Amino acid sequence: MTSRAYISGIYEHPTRKADDKSLAQLHAEVARGALADAGLTMADVDAYYCAGDVAGWDMPGTGPFSMIDYLGLNIRHLDTTESWGSSYINHVSAAADAIAAGRCQVALITLAGRPRAEGAATGTAPRARGFSAAEAQFELPYGPVVTNLYGLSAMRHMHEFGTTSEQLAWIKVAASHHAQHNPHAMLRDVVTVEDVVNSPMIADPLHRMDCCVVSDGGGALIVVSPEVARTLNKPMVAIRGSGYSPQTTQGGWIDLTKSGAVISGPRAFAEAGVAPADIKYASIYDSFTITVLIQLEDLGFCAKGEGGRFVSDGRLIAGQGGLPVNTDGGGLCNNHPSNRGGMTKVIEAVRQLRRQAHPKVQVDNCDLALVHGTGGALAGRHGSATLILERE
Amino acid sequence: MSKQRIIPDPVTGPDTRQYWQAANEGTLLIGNCTACARTYFYPRPHCPHCFSDKVELIPAKGGGTVYSFSILRRVEVPYCLAYVTLDEGPSMMTNIVECDLHRIRIGDRVRLVFHASAGGQAVPMFTPTGHD
Ligand SMILES: [Zn+2]
Repeated sequence: MTSRAYISGIYEHPTRKADDKSLAQLHAEVARGALADAGLTMADVDAYYCAGDVAGWDMPGTGPFSMIDYLGLNIRHLDTTESWGSSYINHVSAAADAIAAGRCQVALITLAGRPRAEGAATGTAPRARGFSAAEAQFELPYGPVVTNLYGLSAMRHMHEFGTTSEQLAWIKVAASHHAQHNPHAMLRDVVTVEDVVNSPMIADPLHRMDCCVVSDGGGALIVVSPEVARTLNKPMVAIRGSGYSPQTTQGGWIDLTKSGAVISGPRAFAEAGVAPADIKYASIYDSFTITVLIQLEDLGFCAKGEGGRFVSDGRLIAGQGGLPVNTDGGGLCNNHPSNRGGMTKVIEAVRQLRRQAHPKVQVDNCDLALVHGTGGALAGRHGSATLILERE
Repeated sequence: MSKQRIIPDPVTGPDTRQYWQAANEGTLLIGNCTACARTYFYPRPHCPHCFSDKVELIPAKGGGTVYSFSILRRVEVPYCLAYVTLDEGPSMMTNIVECDLHRIRIGDRVRLVFHASAGGQAVPMFTPTGHD
């Protein structure tokens, strides 16, 4: 069965701290890497996808054009849909649609950032955000930041379902088991449940080790038409299904224990004609341990409220458990460039499907993978993007 | 006297003046839709449930329960971010104040209090009624 589009190029920048590189330069380097991986050149690219991390985004409306100009792109299709960390997962789906519609044949997607080099207080200071957002005056006086917003979700999940800090810790333990094999990972030490729950409390109930790393760098993807894919000397990684859905605060009638994955997940599974039990490997956005747990439930890997038991005892560890997750070490241990985790999630899923993951974490017969990301705050407004990829 | 957290001023708009003026007078207003008979928060000139513009602001009685909370520790003055479910139905983002933060639990009954922002605007917050 021919898919409407294929991922034929991937690249994850090896840097985790880019003091000596500009933001635009990082975008160019990841583009070069993904094109080289695919065996294509910049002249082949006829569509470009970027989001709010692009150099020039602080000049409203013109940043993407500055980026295209800098890269020297000559393209006939452009998509700048911004949905924070889930953007790049959504971009793969949008590129597949554009290719199927005949708008382009070779789409380049880039992500880059240098929050470490810029010294940003990522977790404990408010993100730069527009005061024009309708809710801003009703929320900003109370000091919502990234860590305490995710803390609200974790605390409520614990209250409703009895989820424990030890269960959440298993998600970090699994990430650390994987990261020990990744020479580029920021944190390569294997940690235990005790290490996680004994690490300093950041925003109750989340400890330091429940939080992802802050890293510089980025990544890029090349999405191509079936005709182009067949000319390239690469495993055929097909886009089988996708879904995208926002979550809102519902006029204050909130449920902080669920995410937009309750809509994006079933849509992607239905389009692909597969079920959670068919998935051999999953890249699940891990900004925090609780992010993974809630998304696994909402995607249907276990029932709502069962996530704590599901992730325990090494189930997410490659070679040990039934559902290997984030075998590159994820955002919790490897890389979370520009505070946006969606790109690296797609990259590791493609590595798994190509059988190019590290041998210690490569999943046997990995022919079907899921990628899921949340962009924004789990507790409140966010975008959820799901992709299902298959090796043909 | 322990150090107090500085509350950022809300950047108010022409459609929310009544809400913030009422706060300065000690009243918390919430949205109420007369078309679908549902309450909502935050207030706005239409109903987020049914998009009717037949809406009004009604005073909340000031009681509620803690829906969820998180104490941010890695700052100069730790504070408690929370969602409180008002007795009228909707939940609102807020702070739990005037208590031992580490005794706060989900389900605690709370009552409305006001704390002044840096520029003197009264901001609605909540304090537990059962702690002593
Ligand atoms: Zn209504």
